[in-house]
Amino acid sequence: MTAERVMRRGDDSAVLRLSEAEAARIGGDTADPADDERVMLNMGPAHPSTHGVLRLMLEMEGETVLRSKPVIGYLHTGMEKQGENLTYLQGCTNVTRMDYASPLFSELAFSLTTEKLLGIEVPERATWIRMLMCELNRISSHLLFLATNGIDLGAVSMMIYGWREREEVLRFFEKVTGLRMNHNYIRPGGVAADLHDGWQGDLRELLELIEPRLDEYETLMTGQPIWRERLQGVGAINADEAIALSATGPLLRSTGYAWDLRRDEPYLAYDEVDFDVIVGTYGDCYDRYAIRINEIRESMKIVLQAIDKMPGGDYRLQDKKVTPPPRIRLDESMEALIHHFKIFTEGYKVPKGEAYAAVESPRGELGVYIVSDGSSTPYRMRVRPPSFINLQTLPHLMRGGLIADGVAIISSVDPILGEVDR
Amino acid sequence: MPELTEPEMTEPELTKPEPAESVRYGVSASEISSQTVLFVTVDEYLEVAAAARDDGFDQLIDLTAVDYLSYPGARARPVDVQPERFEVVVQLIDHTSGERLGLRVQVPATEPTAPSLFDLWPGCENLEREVFDMFGIEFTEHPDMSRILMPEDWIGHPLRKDFAVGDVPVQFSEASAPR
Repeated sequence: MTAERVMRRGDDSAVLRLSEAEAARIGGDTADPADDERVMLNMGPAHPSTHGVLRLMLEMEGETVLRSKPVIGYLHTGMEKQGENLTYLQGCTNVTRMDYASPLFSELAFSLTTEKLLGIEVPERATWIRMLMCELNRISSHLLFLATNGIDLGAVSMMIYGWREREEVLRFFEKVTGLRMNHNYIRPGGVAADLHDGWQGDLRELLELIEPRLDEYETLMTGQPIWRERLQGVGAINADEAIALSATGPLLRSTGYAWDLRRDEPYLAYDEVDFDVIVGTYGDCYDRYAIRINEIRESMKIVLQAIDKMPGGDYRLQDKKVTPPPRIRLDESMEALIHHFKIFTEGYKVPKGEAYAAVESPRGELGVYIVSDGSSTPYRMRVRPPSFINLQTLPHLMRGGLIADGVAIISSVDPILGEVDR
Repeated sequence: MPELTEPEMTEPELTKPEPAESVRYGVSASEISSQTVLFVTVDEYLEVAAAARDDGFDQLIDLTAVDYLSYPGARARPVDVQPERFEVVVQLIDHTSGERLGLRVQVPATEPTAPSLFDLWPGCENLEREVFDMFGIEFTEHPDMSRILMPEDWIGHPLRKDFAVGDVPVQFSEASAPR
């Protein structure tokens, strides 16, 4: 195994290093006008299989993709800059909008980093609620992947099924957090609200519903010759190349490299639950599909254990510096009202310093790096975006394949463009 | 409802991370939030990175930058480090031992350039392009030093602290008048 393929700089690299202005100048021709077999092709940003506003510049020879370049930035709204103007309490509302398919993970990473800077520890129950909610979010995110991967490859019913089951998970989220997406539920110091009465029953019902549906998907796709033909051997990458390209998450695990932050750098209470790290063998689109469908099962295992082991106690830290007073106190105490007002307008001050915390999001390592200058807003807030970095593998996966396989490959990398562009 | 005591709205203590002085790969190292961090100049950067790679740090996890233009007071840095306006923040991981290593490259405002890590970890390609786009730090020997998130004809680098935000016209070089 070697990563030589991804280290190339010249024209033999899979990455098309051509500016948009230059591409517009030469039009459909390639750099060599004598070569009339090669054409430049634009795909996206408004293309149904690009998962948002991903645009690709492709150098084609017939139907074969040679070099390609993902052109991104269409959703760039300066969220890292915005993060410098929001207090630590407001920060979660900002980061939750980055990876909109798995918002709880960005909130978690942001909260963990802030807690590191503050030097506080959250109550045990808050830790377990966070873990439970994140694993449910992983299920909903992977269900979304199965749905979009299905429709990209022509399994239209899978799209309906995937969205249907995801909706059930989101219904539970709505009960707990009040919102289907962009929850702002995990906050520095704990979570926003306790689980509702009867949440165990709701969850067991949900898991009982999803379990047989997963078997249904397996019948519909996993064993089907058409599905296998379409995915096996397509977009292969080896472990050395994936590591060289900084890839993490299912993309790295599909190569057979077992690296999962939940197991290797346990955060929350992952060292107290039992689950398997799923790895592939060939690093192709089929492995990436199979990893995700099996990770849903592992997440369900964790959720079941969390139901049984959920400790009692407080769902957030009762530290007056970071926690607003209970709602009921506002009606009876002037000081509580002032306290509430101060926390929500001015925010709380965070000691000078810098910290980084990472979590295993459904797409890979999602980390938040914060530099604090001692005020109530971060001096610099950086999110390590797994989709943005995993997208670098795309040209290498697509090189030499058919354009029709390109659609399968984009889908199997599972980029969320909100997080790519931020 | 348990009786709660009223909060004290006092200033939180400002604690500085105490740099633990040590040396690794020939440069000064500190412990910052339980991670070893090496402070390097632009000249030492590539050499130290190569030494770290040979030492087993097989993956580049993150590469970003911080603009310390308006940072109040002094940064907690080892005494022999000459702080500059920009700091390139690199994070490496050794998958075998699970150790993470940070690099902080001091990049002066007068000459914001640094060598590219492309030949060590090709995964830095997009990250370095992002730092160039957002901070205007140029990476020499990078295969494609161009903007990545902002439009190609954008003027300025948005994450710099002196980049005006708010009520400014959209800054495309070809725009005829403020919109």
